[in-house]
Amino acid sequence: MSFRTVEPLEYYRRFLKENCRPDGRELGEFRTTTVNVGSIGTADGSSLVKLGNTTVICGIKAEFGAPPTDAPDKGYVVPNVDLSPLCSWRFRSGPPGEEAQVASQFIADVIENSQIIQKEDLCISSGKLAWVLYCDLICLNHDGNILDACTFALLAALKNVQLPEVTINEETALAEVNLKKKSYLNIRTHPVATSFAVFDDTLLIVDPTEEEEHLATGTLTVVMDEEGKLCCLHKPGGSGLTGAKLQDCMSRAVTRHKEVKKLMDEVFKSMKPK
Amino acid sequence: MAFLDFRGGSGRVQIVSKRRATCGRHSWSPRVGACVRRTHLVRKRALLGGSNKPRLHVGSGAMEGAMQTESKIRADSRTEPGPRGPGCSLRHFACEQNLLSRPDGSASFLQGDTSVLAGVYGPAEVKISKEIFNKATLEVILRPKTGLPGVAEKSRERLIRNTCEAVVLGALHPRTSITVVLQVVSDAGSLLACCLNAACMALVDAGVPMRALFCGVTCALDSDGTLMLDPTAKQEKEARAVLTFALDSVERKLLMSTTKGLYSDAELQQCLAAAQTASTHVFRFYRESLQRRYSKS
Repeated sequence: MSFRTVEPLEYYRRFLKENCRPDGRELGEFRTTTVNVGSIGTADGSSLVKLGNTTVICGIKAEFGAPPTDAPDKGYVVPNVDLSPLCSWRFRSGPPGEEAQVASQFIADVIENSQIIQKEDLCISSGKLAWVLYCDLICLNHDGNILDACTFALLAALKNVQLPEVTINEETALAEVNLKKKSYLNIRTHPVATSFAVFDDTLLIVDPTEEEEHLATGTLTVVMDEEGKLCCLHKPGGSGLTGAKLQDCMSRAVTRHKEVKKLMDEVFKSMKPK
Repeated sequence: MAFLDFRGGSGRVQIVSKRRATCGRHSWSPRVGACVRRTHLVRKRALLGGSNKPRLHVGSGAMEGAMQTESKIRADSRTEPGPRGPGCSLRHFACEQNLLSRPDGSASFLQGDTSVLAGVYGPAEVKISKEIFNKATLEVILRPKTGLPGVAEKSRERLIRNTCEAVVLGALHPRTSITVVLQVVSDAGSLLACCLNAACMALVDAGVPMRALFCGVTCALDSDGTLMLDPTAKQEKEARAVLTFALDSVERKLLMSTTKGLYSDAELQQCLAAAQTASTHVFRFYRESLQRRYSKS
């Protein structure tokens, strides 16, 4: 019987002692990240992100809706993370489980905190009509670090969204959509998530796979934008961390942000202008 | 203990460690067994002037009997119950344990006007689908004050559950379940911190073995960078960022953190340090509260 199946934690410890991991990565190394933008024709914006084997696809559809009564000049951004039985044996079909709900709430918090788009930009007519952006993040393959992949996919898809111009006809009070004239959204910040797993209360490893997440004693996700401001420090319990360890996480998050930004800029530069 | 006779009519052991009431004019009178107006002491406070130095508010628990101890405590505390000065100060808090008869442990935690009731059932039988062979299965249910629980509650439940899992010695009770049920009674800011505190007190009351206690502290940063501990609902809405931390009692390490809004790395370290200082007072309150409870014999 394989030692890895019988004693997974011991197996991992042997690698961690040598400061590396079974898949050959260093403790602070991310898996190969690939991103593909605009592949879904029926959606207003879409992206596909692969972090090693973890695959998340994001599709954004824009629809009309009435703005909320307490904020008549704001639109909505509604994220939904779908973890289906397709991506992992752990999920069953039916209403969203706890992990999906937590991930959806996390993405909603990131959108809210980082002010990635100004909700006022989504308003067409104050109090009457506004855009509602439904962001559906579907995980196709769950191999750990779902939050990082979802955040990246959302960012790339939002940058890809093109909204048609809408004018309100004064006579009929109906909205007229001009599909020929489309414009991109104004993306104000670029939040990038970096996830860590805590092993044996002391060791921090970056970008955990599903197996590592399962063996870890705690997880931590840091969402940073380009000025080094933190949008979210998500540490759902697990072993304690000192302030010094948090500092190391912050510096790794800064480097990760640079890597992701470079990748995104390359992708959008290479896209054919429509 | 004089006031136990008045409150402990049903034979249950009840400890109420109460700090001064928010209005400053009423306080618990052990002799009377009710809140009474303390006009003469209010005047005394005004005479003392009261310092503007912000102090940490802790339920001191030193409520027994003597009027002189009351006035002594009052002399140390801040005078006006109005808006808090800049700096770090927690609202008054109170804790009551063992108030429900059905759960194995229960606690009610009050922080200012925020109140959460927690009940713990366990270690109890677990469904085969949920059992873990070498440790206890922890489950947290959070019920909002109104409406049905939604996605936000699920997210909070996950945070509280993971925090409890880090401290509860589940390995001592394998293949069992420990359920923590939290009911929000009133929400006036710092709700998640209050839930964490109530959960900890309820776990202690139930006698669940833990490696450390934990407490929740909320910090709010407003637009000019001023730090406020234990913000009210209004302060939370106006703040630029609200950070909630759960810290353990042994080394004040960070167990759980959840944040809202934008802030810098330096501000995070500042808030964490302030939260660690504040947690000392919360843990002291836990200790006093439990000492008072178990010293009755």
